[in-house]
Amino acid sequence: MSRLLVKGARLLGADASDLLVEDGVIRGAGSLGSERADLTIDADGLVALPGLVDLHVHLREPGREDAETIATGSAAAAAGGFTAVFAMANTSPVTDTAESAERVLDLGRACGLTDVVPVGAVTKALEGAELAELGLMARSRARVRVFSDDGHCVHDGRIMRRALEYIRAFDGVISQHSQDPRLADASACCHEGELSGRLGLPGWPGIAEESIVARDVMLARHTGSRVHVAHVTTAGTVEVIRWAKAQGIDVTAEVTPHHLALTTDLLSGYDPVYKVNPPLRPAEDVDALRAALADGTIDAVATDHAPHARHDKEHAFVDAAFGMLGLETALAVVSDLLVRPGLVGWADVARVMSSAPARIGRLQGHGLPLQVGNPANITLIDPDREVTVDATTSRSLSRNNPWHGRTFRGAVVTTLLRGAVTHTTDRELTTLTESEK
Amino acid sequence: MTKHLISSADLSRDETIAILETAVSMHDLQRREVKKVPTLRGRTVINLFFEDSTRTRSSFEIAGKWMSADTINLSGKGSSTSKGESLRDTARTIDAMSVDALVIRHQASGACHQVAQWVRASVINAGDGMHEHPTQALLDAYTLRTRLGDLDGRHVVLVGDLTHSRVFRSNVITLKTLGARVTVVAPPTLMPSGIGAWSATEGFATGWDLDSVIDGDDPVDAIMMLRVQRERMSGGYFPTAREYTVGYGLTRERLGRLVARNPEVLVMHPGPMNRGLEIAADAADAPQSVVLDQVSAGVAVRMAVLYHLLAGDESARDDAERSVHA
Repeated sequence: MSRLLVKGARLLGADASDLLVEDGVIRGAGSLGSERADLTIDADGLVALPGLVDLHVHLREPGREDAETIATGSAAAAAGGFTAVFAMANTSPVTDTAESAERVLDLGRACGLTDVVPVGAVTKALEGAELAELGLMARSRARVRVFSDDGHCVHDGRIMRRALEYIRAFDGVISQHSQDPRLADASACCHEGELSGRLGLPGWPGIAEESIVARDVMLARHTGSRVHVAHVTTAGTVEVIRWAKAQGIDVTAEVTPHHLALTTDLLSGYDPVYKVNPPLRPAEDVDALRAALADGTIDAVATDHAPHARHDKEHAFVDAAFGMLGLETALAVVSDLLVRPGLVGWADVARVMSSAPARIGRLQGHGLPLQVGNPANITLIDPDREVTVDATTSRSLSRNNPWHGRTFRGAVVTTLLRGAVTHTTDRELTTLTESEK
Repeated sequence: MTKHLISSADLSRDETIAILETAVSMHDLQRREVKKVPTLRGRTVINLFFEDSTRTRSSFEIAGKWMSADTINLSGKGSSTSKGESLRDTARTIDAMSVDALVIRHQASGACHQVAQWVRASVINAGDGMHEHPTQALLDAYTLRTRLGDLDGRHVVLVGDLTHSRVFRSNVITLKTLGARVTVVAPPTLMPSGIGAWSATEGFATGWDLDSVIDGDDPVDAIMMLRVQRERMSGGYFPTAREYTVGYGLTRERLGRLVARNPEVLVMHPGPMNRGLEIAADAADAPQSVVLDQVSAGVAVRMAVLYHLLAGDESARDDAERSVHA
């Protein structure tokens, strides 16, 4: 099919407009009632955003294909409205060479449901000791620009400094998992406070994050390089980032939907579905994160989608795996908890879930305005549809879904990747696209 | 009565006292030549210990055997990583054999709470990580009541590594349930995080200075010294054993001051003791020491717990009472 017409979508939640897509590119916008098309999507009442971009997902392939594959993760991404996802490097083997990065890219392309962009490791095997082949990954077909040891902090100040200096040559960015391993070791799993004291769980104090962020923004200033703070969780970190931005330091930051919505008290029942790294924080931090996202101190929402096989979550809390699913629910959480109360508008959602992450990751062809000439990466959202999350129907292979049973208002209806329907809940459209095949 | 005993908070004041009173009968039984009663005949109690234990496991085993339950000890393989069988699989495998009670000791906080949601059997917490150890708190309360009677208004002081202590967490609950006034003392590094808000909610006092508590306005009825593991020094919790003892050890000199204020003061320790570190040998073996009474109470209290949790219906309980008093 070469011509596709989206009828009556509210672009960024504002005025209704039609969009004509030809060969994967937006060719017309405005009132296009008389245009003929091979496929027409009735988007009356729906909000159209540029395709969502997620800076932070774990797709588990290669290595843990029992928990997630690039194919199942891509399907979950498309269902969540994402047209591009950055796949973290902590797979087995680690994405720390050009070859491994290209393999992730190719597996994603073969699947075709979302653009899978590999993140390269900062250090070999994520060991924090020697730089990985950052330049070769950047020069590869995968064009790696985001580097991260996520899951581990690049805690050695000298390694972090050199990495920041080195990536300037190709406009890279270090996405830092900010966790001082001396202040919060691998056993740390509960926000340090009254609850961790009562439950007898190893505490994960906010200072373990804040002290690394403070160091990193100073290193970014010193090196003139770019640092991105992954999964910000505390009000203190927000203060540091706000200060750094005011100084003109090139720092960006992301927050996860779960840190915007869930609080540490959920751990009182020792349910490992709520075990995530960094941990859920108290309501004061959640409020600060929401405000920081609204005022631009935090640039992006990223899911940190972290699938785990059931048996890896069915251990004692301290022994269970860290992480929770997020791709399919991110937009619903943001819609329900931030857009509906008026904290942010749909144009802000387009910024924090599409244009900013694409810009931070230097990703071409994504996060662009819904204008003539741009690739037709489009997410159509029904802002009023209520959806109750059912973990058992997830496209992900895993079921570690903290939102199971919760009802959100706001749902992704259709996702278009360069004009191709990669996901839809629209029955009519399903029938049409099925008959095409 | 509750089905599981996971936290000391699972027991109301009435339930706590009921268990402690039953334990008195059980303790009488312990002094008889033939100690066995048929109360739990045909019931199966599994002691599932993921962590080494001498006194807790043996006292649960003896308690079950004296009550004629079939008691089996299993050593769970400690899973400190996500490898190996999951806790859920281990628990459900044992539960599938239609056991009546799982007595669980695990190095991870919350493990018993989690298992209780996966199995049909009653779960009894025999110590979970740094969380709780409710039967220890019951046997401590039993020991205190034997000497002091009603605990309402009594002043009990707990000293030591509170951060890592499940004995502290259960004791503070049970002691408050029974109306005692509780003061906990530790260096700031061994105080659990957030203890300020916690102690305010639960109504116990905290302090960093043991001597000011000993010499304070409120005479001490019992002082419970908690074990301090020597590895804590490498974790930077305190500089040296010597410095710890000077600040927080129950030395002969401190015991002397306690006795001078209150000759009936009781010295307690859940064991195993680090003599010379948190407790001087002279204090451990002093006439005020009830450390061995605590051990002795362990079996009776655990019999009482098994009885209240397993001999659930009234007729079974009447039969049990008769057999105990016969």
